[in-house]
Amino acid sequence: MIPAPFTYKRAWSVDEALELATQDGEDAKFLAGGHSLLPLMKLRLAVPEVLIDIGRLGELSYVRDDDSQILVGALTTHDELARSSLLAGELPLLAHAASRVGDPQIRHRGTIGGSLVHADPAADLPAVVLALDATLVARGPGGSREIGAGEFFQGLFETALQPGELLTEIRIPKPRPAGEWSFQKFTKRAIDWAIVGVVAQGGRVALVNMGQTPVRASAVEQALAAGAGPRDAAAHAADGTSPPSDINGDSGYREHLARVLVARALEESAARA
Amino acid sequence: MKVIVTVNGRQIEADVPDRTLLVHFLRDVAGLTATNVGCDTTSCGACTVLLDGRSVKSCTVLAAQADGRDVVTVEGLADGSGAMHPVQRAFQAEHGLQCGFCTPGMVMAAVSLLDENPAPTEEEVRSALEGNLCRCTGYHNIVRAVLAAAPAASERRSS
Repeated sequence: MIPAPFTYKRAWSVDEALELATQDGEDAKFLAGGHSLLPLMKLRLAVPEVLIDIGRLGELSYVRDDDSQILVGALTTHDELARSSLLAGELPLLAHAASRVGDPQIRHRGTIGGSLVHADPAADLPAVVLALDATLVARGPGGSREIGAGEFFQGLFETALQPGELLTEIRIPKPRPAGEWSFQKFTKRAIDWAIVGVVAQGGRVALVNMGQTPVRASAVEQALAAGAGPRDAAAHAADGTSPPSDINGDSGYREHLARVLVARALEESAARA
Repeated sequence: MKVIVTVNGRQIEADVPDRTLLVHFLRDVAGLTATNVGCDTTSCGACTVLLDGRSVKSCTVLAAQADGRDVVTVEGLADGSGAMHPVQRAFQAEHGLQCGFCTPGMVMAAVSLLDENPAPTEEEVRSALEGNLCRCTGYHNIVRAVLAAAPAASERRSS
């Protein structure tokens, strides 16, 4: 199984990548680690005429401390996130969630930026950046702009990025305290996508695979803010969600899982505090 | 496009279609057929090789992405005198295989693990092999083999 024919181009800088993208317009796609895009291309679910390989842009691979926030380059791999000592101290939630993406081989290649722009509601990291109130930085021909994680995910595999725009950086405010977090991922096999996943950081809770995009569990957050305990707050986990029904479970089963997993997440998060 | 990949220490240069996958480059261009194509969907790990020292699934890497880089397949593990790598010896000694189809990928995933974590626990070995499926379900002996290989693999790296 191989992708349909395309023209491969390699960028050596962000500027060159943007220039190539302007030349080829909507026929082109950026290729980072390729672990979301190449499988889609094999299935002909994506048939770009041009691939612009940004995989060698070292300038986009970093985790930096910037006063009250952490800056993560879009090309940082899951494996690098999982091993980052800076994240272990300041953002253990992100380091841990990255260590649970796919399997070791996938983590060696897959990047945080690739996962976010792919915008699969069953993926882990979109819900993580949503729970962390991250800001995503996109660069396009007209310059840079910031997009809040809450506005970034617009639908199934759809983001706020315009054609020709490249996600370059993820800015994450340091949570205080950093240690109140939990990541729950319910799968049948280790390497599967979550049937349902839950991300909690302090009083913020986000859900994986409970709709067309990652979603904040707003009703849970409101209950927590009003002083409810973990169990009572978790009873609202499925409020306002529209989870899919598929071979792994129907929507009612997902709603049940969400309530169970949110309760576990809030209890684990509180126990860590 | 023209691609030059160092495979098991040897430079392989070829003009290949842009869409060529690394696994096909290794099998059809370099003639190294130990690396198997299993699921073709980044799930089974049969096509695992080392790219710049790290395990990757070569069915989900373009040959163009490996251009100018270093690839090691299971054929490249033996040392200059032909002596097998400690992980290969341990798979033999512990009978870490049944039909053998997943073995090249399992061995490469294990080599990558022991490089990152020279003394893993059994649980760490199991979780490091999550990306490699054995349809014979012969996992117990595979895990035993990786644990048995750890001290010798670590010695080989430091020598």
